[in-house]
Amino acid sequence: MSSLQTPPLSAKQAAPESRGLRLLRILLPIVVLAAGIAVWELVVRLDNIPPYVLPGPIAVFRTLVGDWPVLSRSLLTTLQTTFEGFTAAGVGGIVLALLFNQSRWLEYSLFPYAVILQVTPVIAIAPLLLIYLPQQTAVIVCAWIVAFFPVLSNTTLGLNSVDRNLAGLFGLYGASRMQTLAYLKLPSALPFILGGLRIAGGLSLIGAVVAEIAAGSAGAGSGLAYRIAESGYRLNIPRMFAALLLLSAAGIVIYGLLALTSHLVLRRWHESALGKEN
Amino acid sequence: MAEPTALSETDSGPAGLAVSLRGVTKVYDSGVAALGPMDLDVRKGEFVSLLGPSGCGKSTALRLIAGLNAPTSGTVGVAHRPAQVRAGQPIGFVFQEPTLMPWATVRKNVRLPLKLAHAPSAEANARVAEALQQVGLSEFADAYPRELSGGMKMRVSLARALVTDPDILLMDEPFAALDEITRFRLNNDLLSLWRNLRKTVIFVTHSVFESVYLSQRVIVMTSRPGRLSAEIRIDTAEPRGEDFRTSAAYGGYCREVSSALAPSYAGRAPS
Repeated sequence: MSSLQTPPLSAKQAAPESRGLRLLRILLPIVVLAAGIAVWELVVRLDNIPPYVLPGPIAVFRTLVGDWPVLSRSLLTTLQTTFEGFTAAGVGGIVLALLFNQSRWLEYSLFPYAVILQVTPVIAIAPLLLIYLPQQTAVIVCAWIVAFFPVLSNTTLGLNSVDRNLAGLFGLYGASRMQTLAYLKLPSALPFILGGLRIAGGLSLIGAVVAEIAAGSAGAGSGLAYRIAESGYRLNIPRMFAALLLLSAAGIVIYGLLALTSHLVLRRWHESALGKEN
Repeated sequence: MAEPTALSETDSGPAGLAVSLRGVTKVYDSGVAALGPMDLDVRKGEFVSLLGPSGCGKSTALRLIAGLNAPTSGTVGVAHRPAQVRAGQPIGFVFQEPTLMPWATVRKNVRLPLKLAHAPSAEANARVAEALQQVGLSEFADAYPRELSGGMKMRVSLARALVTDPDILLMDEPFAALDEITRFRLNNDLLSLWRNLRKTVIFVTHSVFESVYLSQRVIVMTSRPGRLSAEIRIDTAEPRGEDFRTSAAYGGYCREVSSALAPSYAGRAPS
């Protein structure tokens, strides 16, 4: 994840960077990871720490393999919830932003509530949602609540960042509202929308996990977060670690896929996706 | 959008006026008087330059003619050719910046005015190809704007203005940001386009040399608010070319226009 988030180097910085240095940038985090795992295993073995206090990485890995039938089903459940929440957030955020852009009245009436929804911690809303909604719906709504706002605000920003001269040109050629929206505002906003979706991907996973944890005490559900909560009650610590590992991996994959999509969509024209030589 | 009034049939006859401004003023919301009152007549097929210091309202005048802004008072008349209403626009506008859509190819950028006017696809394809050929960019139809040089981007912008086959071409300091060599080439290409297509061109510039080289008539403006201060006809043998640029007559006209421009700068803080 860290390599994806690294800001692009300026040409000045990039020039002296040799092939070896680039290799080092990939190798170093791997070495750190390996060293961390080795130290972890060593500490567990040397101090004879029992697995219900702190399992070693080998024990965690063995649990991951051994419990794979249970864990993989949970992973699928969580991924499905995340995906549904993400889709709802993406569609909801973009549609709301488009409506706000077309009608000032609507924007003034509703935008404050979007902010309120965003700033209220979702962990505090989740138990209430679980009371009023069926569990599966409540989980998706949670994922939606945390994830839609970055899409909404980024899309709004994008729709308002249209080149003034281009807007004048569209006016000169008598473009209708819908034409201006479809051919000018949406393409201008696309890089912003993709940025919002990239944030929303990670957030919808968080939303799904929060709701599952909240629901976990109620005893229903089968997602990864529910497994973590359940394993906690049973002092099955290795399984907690294994489930956590899967959640983390899921987050990385989601981010990577969205970053890749964004790159593929923008690579022909947008500065953010262009090589340094340009 | 402020629709300029259509000129009456008698004015817009074959030898009539393309653009007519009468007592036009523009005062911006901030209270700045940008223009006028200004009277200006441009005949059909004429190449006229508006020349003046920056901030003299020449761009404002152009935007009023295009209908991008409404005048505070006075009337703006623009001749309409009836056959052209369906195809889109009697006016083509070239901005100071190329103003291209970065997400679209050259072809799609040039096609935009036709797309907005719902022109039939076959006709649009033919017109786009023709416009690209006119500016010498046929090979670059599938390139993206960022892959082009500054001069080529400006050519795309010009092709887009030409694609609706407008009668009037309004150009707002289009070559100001280009290097001199590129600018000279585009000047020559613009002149040959004008000769071949017989458009009315109103060209805003702050370059004395460019205005003399290109136009039949140079209108010198004073600043704040912009008014006409002098009008110089450039009478020389057509077609013009690089010979004209190095001729004594050209030098003479440049001197004349420069001295007409001098009062516009008088009393201004040194810049």
